[in-house]
Amino acid sequence: MSRLLEGVPRHGLWLLAALLALLAVFPVFAGGYLLAVGFLILYFAFVGQAWNVMMGFAGQLSLGHSLYVGLGAYAAAALYVHFGLSPWIGLGASIALCALAGAAIGFLAFRFGVSGVYFAILTIAFAEFARIGFDHFAWVRGSSGLFLPVANYAENDLWNLRGSPRMFYYLMLALTAGAFVLCHALLRSRMGYYWQAIRESPEAAQALGVNVFRYRMVAVIISAAMTSLAGVVFAFYYNNLFPEQIFHISRSIELILGPIIGGIGTLVGPLVGALLLTGLAEVMGELLLALGIDVPGVKQVFYGVCLLLVVVFLPDGVWPPLARVLGLERKG
Amino acid sequence: MPVEIYLNVAASGLLTGLVYGLMALGLSVIFGVVRVVNFAHGEMMTLAMYLTLVLFSALKLDPLILLVPIAAVLFVFGYLLQAGLINPFINRPEHSQFMLLVAVALVLVNVQLIVFGPDARGIRTAYSYDSFQLGPLIVDASKVYAAGAALVVAAALFAFFRWTLLGKSIRACADNYQGALVVGLDVKRLYALTFGIGSACVGAAGAMLMAVIDVTPTIGPAYTLLAFVIVITGGLGSMPGALLGGLLIGLTEALGGVLFTPSAKSMFAFGLLVLVLLFRPQGILGRKAA
Amino acid sequence: MLEVDGLSKSFRGLRAVHDASLAVPEGGIAGLIGPNGAGKTTLFNVVAGIYRPDAGSVKYGGRDISGLRPDQVCAAGIGRTFQIVKPFAGLTVLDNVVVGALLQSKTVPAAKSYAAEIVEKLGLGAKRDMLASSLTLPDRKRLEIARALATRPKLLLLDEVMAGLRPTECDQMVAMFRELNRAEGLTILLIEHVMRAVMALAQRIVVLHHGEVIARGAPDEVVRNPAVLECYLGEETEV
Repeated sequence: MSRLLEGVPRHGLWLLAALLALLAVFPVFAGGYLLAVGFLILYFAFVGQAWNVMMGFAGQLSLGHSLYVGLGAYAAAALYVHFGLSPWIGLGASIALCALAGAAIGFLAFRFGVSGVYFAILTIAFAEFARIGFDHFAWVRGSSGLFLPVANYAENDLWNLRGSPRMFYYLMLALTAGAFVLCHALLRSRMGYYWQAIRESPEAAQALGVNVFRYRMVAVIISAAMTSLAGVVFAFYYNNLFPEQIFHISRSIELILGPIIGGIGTLVGPLVGALLLTGLAEVMGELLLALGIDVPGVKQVFYGVCLLLVVVFLPDGVWPPLARVLGLERKG
Repeated sequence: MPVEIYLNVAASGLLTGLVYGLMALGLSVIFGVVRVVNFAHGEMMTLAMYLTLVLFSALKLDPLILLVPIAAVLFVFGYLLQAGLINPFINRPEHSQFMLLVAVALVLVNVQLIVFGPDARGIRTAYSYDSFQLGPLIVDASKVYAAGAALVVAAALFAFFRWTLLGKSIRACADNYQGALVVGLDVKRLYALTFGIGSACVGAAGAMLMAVIDVTPTIGPAYTLLAFVIVITGGLGSMPGALLGGLLIGLTEALGGVLFTPSAKSMFAFGLLVLVLLFRPQGILGRKAA
Repeated sequence: MLEVDGLSKSFRGLRAVHDASLAVPEGGIAGLIGPNGAGKTTLFNVVAGIYRPDAGSVKYGGRDISGLRPDQVCAAGIGRTFQIVKPFAGLTVLDNVVVGALLQSKTVPAAKSYAAEIVEKLGLGAKRDMLASSLTLPDRKRLEIARALATRPKLLLLDEVMAGLRPTECDQMVAMFRELNRAEGLTILLIEHVMRAVMALAQRIVVLHHGEVIARGAPDEVVRNPAVLECYLGEETEV
């Protein structure tokens, strides 16, 4: 399925503009709780898009993406805590570190022919390695957790990413919009074509002059680098990091639910998936609370059931049929 | 540290490793035949463990006796899972099947969390605090019994696949799907049976493990991962490989825990996995993929 | 232009190709025929870089290309089709060909316009926005050829592209290749079972049997060669 937005009818672009406007004014009306939910939706949309680059574009299933979130988070946070370095500078280290990690994993996997399920397990192994390793990493306080000095929420210090939830919301909105634009450009570029070709048939792609190894590596590195940014925001938003949580496999699974439910390889899929999943989960959570039920794990069961239903009945995700309804689908 | 400590730790690790091996055997059988990656393997084992807990509290029967009905329940669960959910998925892309089982795992682990809560639960049998002494070795009785039971079940499984008609039919499916269809084997039913058998292994392993450790919902995913490490290390599709892998991992974990810190012990399992994936992906006893 | 010299390739003891040699002059059209299992596709795969030869060499334009990766072979100017077609199922017909065109075209728009030309030439113009997965087999074969042509090859390796085509379609295809050969000097080496096409296109034919070359020469001679007839007895040949 060709996911190019080119040739999208005008009303598609209007819808997009309307959505952006809606997201931009949302904080004006939303209270504290809704704003937090909004942030979460955008966060998952962004990180899902980053994962999508590797899976949807280059066809490599990564189940260990929490590795990059964690590395990115810890790099920027540690530099801030120990040296007072602004996260805008710290993120350089995050990106570099994650790009390196992604390159290492990609190189090991592609050079040694580890693919499919084995690749997925390899990614899990690396994330687990990091989880246990960071528990013993003294410079970032190991399992006791790394804490950032909590700032005054009334003042927005964008340089040090200390500020109100509203600031973080807009930051996340900018990141998500940026990711959208970047992926759109990538898909329409030479590399985008080559990625899709590799995803569909690596052999045929090679016969057409495509260096499969190189382009796979680029996809992995871009995906890792983008994900590291999510980690940086995560660290400064929540102000505490624990290896046990941030590298945990449930984080990895959580962040892929959005794109899978929305539609792997599509541009809009991760956003749709994040909206559905997080939105519905919060609504459900509130309902249950109102009914007096406050049990941990219910949300996850909901995620699991959603995933099950989508995988069985809508294997390409929610977006393609939705796109058809909205008149945005390509002719097939 | 005196050598005896290492020997004891090693022995303990090997015994537990046999139970791990049985669990991994289930995964190997499932993957070897049905070619489905059972991402819910560990979660199924914790399900078996919780069932053992419940039955033990209610009936006061030894877990090693309970392993029979537990295995049967898991057999049915696995059979229905394959027949109902996975069989229709045979021709879907790999990551679809994978995601399906991830979803099942997610639901299983959290249902267990909701029903049983996050705290560790264990059982105490008559022999929970007994131990055997063999020269310098002192080993927990529960571990010895569990390991023994694992060996018995594994042997029964080998015999089944080697000598019974049903077992041979299943192996035929694994070796040659089309050929099996051609000679009239009902492959879908055999797949369901195989998943059931693999699940029964997991069920038995869970019951045995309950005699040795405590259960919390979160160890499910950890054991899924462990099962994969074992199966890949030992050789995907090789039954002796699964047991060998189990022994190896049990040993590595135990020694790693005592040489470094206990919390870091699974790092070694993962390190081993990475090395195997890179340099000998077919595992120690596996055949090179065609 | 293409010189295969003493090529051998075995798979775990099974000799697929043994001491095979052939040469295709620049601007020429050569046919590679032989019964099923003779090793023709294996020979192609060695030339195209999928396998390394166990012995012998492949020279293209005087340069030794044995052991190059498939994408490097393509970049050198050799295009190929696959016997079992491998379309990019999720992409449109046009996008499939764009992937090929991107090898030589500097920009994506340039690649798109060149791809559109090729798509028209192969008669797929009306279907350019259809998904490749929805094409019939003959159209998929055309797509396979279009993709390979989009890389602007100097040498084209065709692997049984006529199979499944009706006689008129086959003739059209033959005419198109003749034209490409004449107008652009495209060198062609084709594996074929459809004798109608081989006889019409090939200037010289090489016959492979059990991995070894058993005959070579002009089409008329080869077809009358008793050794060749013997190895084909019992084979279905389309005329």
